[in-house]
Amino acid sequence: MMQLIWDGLFVGSFYALIALGYSMVYGIIKLLNFAHGDLYMLGAFIAFAVLSSLGGIPASLSIGALLVVLLLSMLLTGTAGVLIERFAYRPLRGAPRLAVLITAVGVSFSLEYGVAALAGPNPKAFPIRLEGEVFNLIGARVSLPQIVLMIIAGLLMIGLNSYIHNTSTGRAMRSIALDRNASLLMGINVNSVIARTFFIGSALAGAAGVMAGAYYGKIDFLMGFIIGLKAFTAAVIGGIGNIKGAMLGGLVLGFVEAFGAQWFGGQWRDVFAFAVLILFLTLRPTGILGERVTERV
Amino acid sequence: MSAVLEVKDLQIAFGGVKAVDGLSFDVHAKQIVAVIGPNGAGKTSAFNCITGFYKPTAGSVLLNGNAITGKRPADIAAAGVSRTFQNLRLFPDLTVLDNVRAGMHLYGGQSWADAIFHTPRFKRSEAWYTEEAHRWLDFVGYTGPRGVPIRNLAYGQQKQVEIARALARKSDLLLLDEPAAGLNYSEKQRLLELCNRIRELGTAIVLIEHDMGLVMEVSERVVVMNFGKEIAEGTPAQVKANPAVIEAYLGRDEDEEVPHGDA
Amino acid sequence: MTENVDTTLAPKRVRPPSNWLSRLFESKQLGWIALALAVAIPFINATPYVLNVLTTAAIFVLLASGLNIVVGYCGLLDLGYIAFMAVGAYTAGIVSKAFELPLLFTVPVVLVMTILAGLIIGAPTLRLRSDYLAIVTLGFGEITRITANNLAITGGPSGIFGIPGILKIGDFDFQQPAVFYFVTVFVVAGMVLAAARLGKSRLGRAWRFVREDEDAAEAMGIHTYKVKLLAYIFGAIWGGIGGVLFAGHFSAVAPQSFIFLQSALVLMAVVLGGMGNTRGVVLGALVISLLPELLRDLAEYRYLAFGILLVIVMVFRPQGFWPARGYEPERVPTGDKEPAVAGGTK
Repeated sequence: MMQLIWDGLFVGSFYALIALGYSMVYGIIKLLNFAHGDLYMLGAFIAFAVLSSLGGIPASLSIGALLVVLLLSMLLTGTAGVLIERFAYRPLRGAPRLAVLITAVGVSFSLEYGVAALAGPNPKAFPIRLEGEVFNLIGARVSLPQIVLMIIAGLLMIGLNSYIHNTSTGRAMRSIALDRNASLLMGINVNSVIARTFFIGSALAGAAGVMAGAYYGKIDFLMGFIIGLKAFTAAVIGGIGNIKGAMLGGLVLGFVEAFGAQWFGGQWRDVFAFAVLILFLTLRPTGILGERVTERV
Repeated sequence: MSAVLEVKDLQIAFGGVKAVDGLSFDVHAKQIVAVIGPNGAGKTSAFNCITGFYKPTAGSVLLNGNAITGKRPADIAAAGVSRTFQNLRLFPDLTVLDNVRAGMHLYGGQSWADAIFHTPRFKRSEAWYTEEAHRWLDFVGYTGPRGVPIRNLAYGQQKQVEIARALARKSDLLLLDEPAAGLNYSEKQRLLELCNRIRELGTAIVLIEHDMGLVMEVSERVVVMNFGKEIAEGTPAQVKANPAVIEAYLGRDEDEEVPHGDA
Repeated sequence: MTENVDTTLAPKRVRPPSNWLSRLFESKQLGWIALALAVAIPFINATPYVLNVLTTAAIFVLLASGLNIVVGYCGLLDLGYIAFMAVGAYTAGIVSKAFELPLLFTVPVVLVMTILAGLIIGAPTLRLRSDYLAIVTLGFGEITRITANNLAITGGPSGIFGIPGILKIGDFDFQQPAVFYFVTVFVVAGMVLAAARLGKSRLGRAWRFVREDEDAAEAMGIHTYKVKLLAYIFGAIWGGIGGVLFAGHFSAVAPQSFIFLQSALVLMAVVLGGMGNTRGVVLGALVISLLPELLRDLAEYRYLAFGILLVIVMVFRPQGFWPARGYEPERVPTGDKEPAVAGGTK
């Protein structure tokens, strides 16, 4: 039981980290960035490329090296996110939703098969593998890397939350989410704020990718597909567009999956997660923390 | 003669704001009733309640004596209500004719199987659709191109097509939301004349309009709304002389000029 | 405010096709020409490889024309369309193996199952906003594949093999590659024609009304939910028939044929070709399925190229390479049915 809770918490914090970006972008420009999961993959591969070019790293240095690579990868993934927004999404602002969604599918495809073309289609062993002893924590088997990764994830989320609530950019983001045109009239540089949002969201996804690489030890160019879908599920469960909701949704999805896998068998894990998504979307599309939006004619 | 439309004590609230607060009026066949009031008075909200786009919080709407309150928009349309929208809601990529055919959708005469096998019934039905669409375009006096996507057309032409589309529905009640907005003088004259011809078809019309000249000339009765409430109802002359109406439009300032007919 | 100038400009946009190529593309006989070509090819080259590639391409054309109903006509983004083909293929495979029936006789069951699948996927989701719908269909697609991967009746990861042929009358086996190719071509041609005709009917117009403006469609008495559900069901049927052909072509069905990549490829065919235009969609499907065969050396880069192309098309030419023609014949209003405009003509 405790084991399930811990597993749920751990996986859930990954989902939360990716869901944050999904939710931020959606909240601000109402764009469902289908390629978000692929930025997670991109982050892992950037870290992979950096580490491979450095050569072998002694195991004793692995956590320090990981942090440096993490930051570098976040920076580059964030930049990739900004470029994607600039060249694929911005020209389509105001275009029909269908066109934007299809573009997002195209971006996702380009990222996946771009990486596959550069790095090869086969799974890669991640150069750093976090290892550490496993110990018992109130009935759950917990490993040191898990704790380290969760702390990193937690810090990133806390940092983001205070950024959004305490800085002028954060305020600008929230105001654009409410009304883009009014924000424009108030002198907010909407384009730059949206670019920043993409940067942050993508960087967080990239961070999650690096961490997943270091934890699971294996990366491949399709690793972002399912997790992107899961992150979207998490964002929806929490209430899409809502930052705290995304975190909550990630954790809830983590638990739901852990328990679902326990009851129905591991092979049904994803089915269970998607079923939860469909249930939420049909029964409570605004999620746990979302507000009811009345659509006006 | 029984009323085509009876609105009784209609109310709708968004959050705490009562957009419509106790609106009652009825409309008879061949009658034109205008709903006027300052911007934000709740006129369009009332239309949206009548046509089912909003669910009224309280009150009832009867069409030919049958309650249609809170039904789906499509059901209300099928029951015999058609409308235009304040900001044109046409199908921009479709041709003018297709836009009008939308209004005739309920008079199908063909099934999907007819379409797949191109049965004689299908061909008859399609010919009817086309002919009827042309007829309604002629009726509203539309002289522009008909086979082109409607997004390419001038605003005034689009407004004409929207009315043709609503007429093609052949409903008992037609709701026009600011049909004269953005039209020039001669277009307004044609609209006025069109309203009279629609009335001759036996259709009842409710129109929201800011153009007082048009309202005074075309409508039998006028309902005045302000802040969601109905503040006056009567013939154009009665309403024009009503102090509450004058106040709603011009405020309480004593120095203001007395309003003249076409504000 | 209103520019009446536009009146005189607009009719000029109905331009007659200028060069021979566009005349050919717009001509009414194009479908027959394409069909004749498809039938003629095996008489020129009938190697197993060519027949295999062509049969696969024809099935792909069928899928694209089915997805075009959902995405092109009705404007609903379905990212899990291949699931309908999976349902069709598995149903056909399971039923024909269990009862030792030729595949042809499984079609009624396949129709029932795919319609059911369309209802199950559509009913709860079609009230959702369009972007949610896209993700949910993706989820359903994955659920279908994972389920097939894990159930005993579907043969698990290895799937079903040794599926009986499509039909055998006496000594004549329709399963021979060349014959099967002709069967496929005729089925696909019929279904493509049917889809195109649906698009030009009352129902097809209702789909477009819903795509363009749901509220306005509702105001005209169109039950948008029912209309969308019908789009889904028709899309599902096309996918299901595609599944039967797929099961017949490979005489085996396995989960890895129904990954998201396949849904995305069908979507690309529809989008690149021109959403809503049958000719464009057929061309798009042929390009997407045949191009990689022609450019084998670039196989590694084809998906990358497709992805980038998709973005470029959406940014610069969102209607696709061969968009639906937004025009229809004019008729000079005669005005004899109704008293024309009594007093108001200019």
